[in-house]
Amino acid sequence: MTRHDATGMARLRADFPILTQRVHGRDLVYLDSAASAQKPRAVIEAMRVTMETQYANVHRGLHWMSERATDAYEATRDDVARLLNAPERAEIVFTRNSTEAINLVAHSYGRGVLRPGQAVLISEMEHHSNIVPWQMLRDAHGVGLRVAPVTDAGELDLAAYEALLADGMVGLVAITHMSNVLGTVTPAERLVRIAHAHGAKILLDGSQAIVHRRVDVQALDADFYVFTGHKLYGPTGIGVLWGRRALLEAMPPFLGGGDMISSVTFERSTWAQVPHKFEAGTPAIIEAAGLSAAIRYVEAIGYDAIGAHEARLTDHALARLAAIEGVEILGRAQDRGGVVSFMLANAHAHDVATLLDRQGIAVRAGHHCAEPLMRRFGLDSTARASFGLYTTEAEIEALATGLERVREFFA
Amino acid sequence: MSESFEALRDLYQDVILDHGRHPRHAGRLAAFDAAAKGDNPMCGDRIQLWLKYAPDGHVEQAGFEARGCAISVASADLMAEVVAGTSVDEVRALFSAFREMAKHGSAARGASEQSAALAEKLERLRPLAGVHEFPSRVKCATLPWHALIAAIEGTQETSSE
Ligand SMILES: Cc1ncc(COP(=O)(O)O)c(C=O)c1O
Repeated sequence: MTRHDATGMARLRADFPILTQRVHGRDLVYLDSAASAQKPRAVIEAMRVTMETQYANVHRGLHWMSERATDAYEATRDDVARLLNAPERAEIVFTRNSTEAINLVAHSYGRGVLRPGQAVLISEMEHHSNIVPWQMLRDAHGVGLRVAPVTDAGELDLAAYEALLADGMVGLVAITHMSNVLGTVTPAERLVRIAHAHGAKILLDGSQAIVHRRVDVQALDADFYVFTGHKLYGPTGIGVLWGRRALLEAMPPFLGGGDMISSVTFERSTWAQVPHKFEAGTPAIIEAAGLSAAIRYVEAIGYDAIGAHEARLTDHALARLAAIEGVEILGRAQDRGGVVSFMLANAHAHDVATLLDRQGIAVRAGHHCAEPLMRRFGLDSTARASFGLYTTEAEIEALATGLERVREFFA
Repeated sequence: MSESFEALRDLYQDVILDHGRHPRHAGRLAAFDAAAKGDNPMCGDRIQLWLKYAPDGHVEQAGFEARGCAISVASADLMAEVVAGTSVDEVRALFSAFREMAKHGSAARGASEQSAALAEKLERLRPLAGVHEFPSRVKCATLPWHALIAAIEGTQETSSE
């Protein structure tokens, strides 16, 4: 047992100031971490200290303050490289969020490297942010878009996935590492191996996965990996694209402006080296400090402890919810993380969410930015409870009790 | 049970639960003169609406198909009920009075004083006034009305976003 066994994990709640808030006269039960996670004091402090003691623009000033701010900003790149076990710090590109990171690849790799007639392969369980950029690429650049189906259990259909790659026309696979609706963790290493065997590069959307388990881009052998800071207990406004250096170097810039150039004349400009080529304009300096603190916070607890805690909670939640009359759970994947989507008979997900909210319980309801997946299961919406490292069994109990009340209300 | 939870009875009054579960006016009209769709992309609520006009231009009948929460289905059903027999101008007046009620809990006096008949129709919609305390749900109640206005104005598609 580590320092962070069950009681150790419970103690971590005290690190999150917002969790003492009351909502509608009840203790807040925050079960919407998959949409955005709450922030530990370490993150809040790091951002405050940055603004109070070492803030200036980065990469521009020759003065002391700018140098300190630049050092701190660049140190976050080291933190991210360590978190992902990236071979080189220069392979870490800061973006606003996962959405921007995917758009960057769709634009720069999609138009700069993929050729019309080639295809991008996604899956049926993608978030809209890993669908729409590829549709835009298809419409603008003539790159096809293929979709690998999911099974009734909510797992990726691996045979169909491989079949879609068989003709060798897929240049890039872009697929989630964990579904934000089904909780399904995809077999990333196998997906990478199969993609490479058919000559395709692969981007993994780690927005959800990296919150729950250790990610090693070298062990995965992936080509691109993206995640978003705010789901990893960090601030909004900062996300990450990791890409192999050779790929990043072959890609044209995404946005143009300051910081991303080597020199500019009115006739032409030349680009800075990676990663700066992809970081146009003043970056999220304060947010980078917050992200650094978030990464250190997660590392100090350790993914083993986080994973074990969340697995316990998820098993408990699945068993507890399934026992409630009229509750049906969407997604029965073998390998899954702390996200549970469910439906309640005779009640629409929005009504369920409103009734839970009045009991202080925050869940999400809707299509979760995954409309095609909803349609695949013949649904318009589900309610979704999602867990973080601060979630407790008592909160799962509160959800179950709350749902019983909702059921009675609509009975 | 907490007071806050019990306050939900103001939102989910029996009329709403009943009409939400057993809408009386659900279904496409066999013959219709106008139609429109309403869509709330934020939450995925959808409605399709069909209108049949009487020879004098009054709305004779409304029918709808909706996929959405209890509030949106009940609102569509009560709307279909009250618009039968109203003129297009009256529909517009009802809409603005209803929207005001959904947002603020009660309609401005001017609108409800227009005529006894309209005041009575508005009264029928009163159970939906509880949404004003749930800002994120106001759109659920008004979505069918946006579709209705789109149908009478002939704009076909609408969104309550
Ligand atoms: C699987 C997945 N991909 C991408 C995103 C997009 O993240 P962001 O909105 O921070 O860009 C999310 C979350 O919303 C997600 O759950």
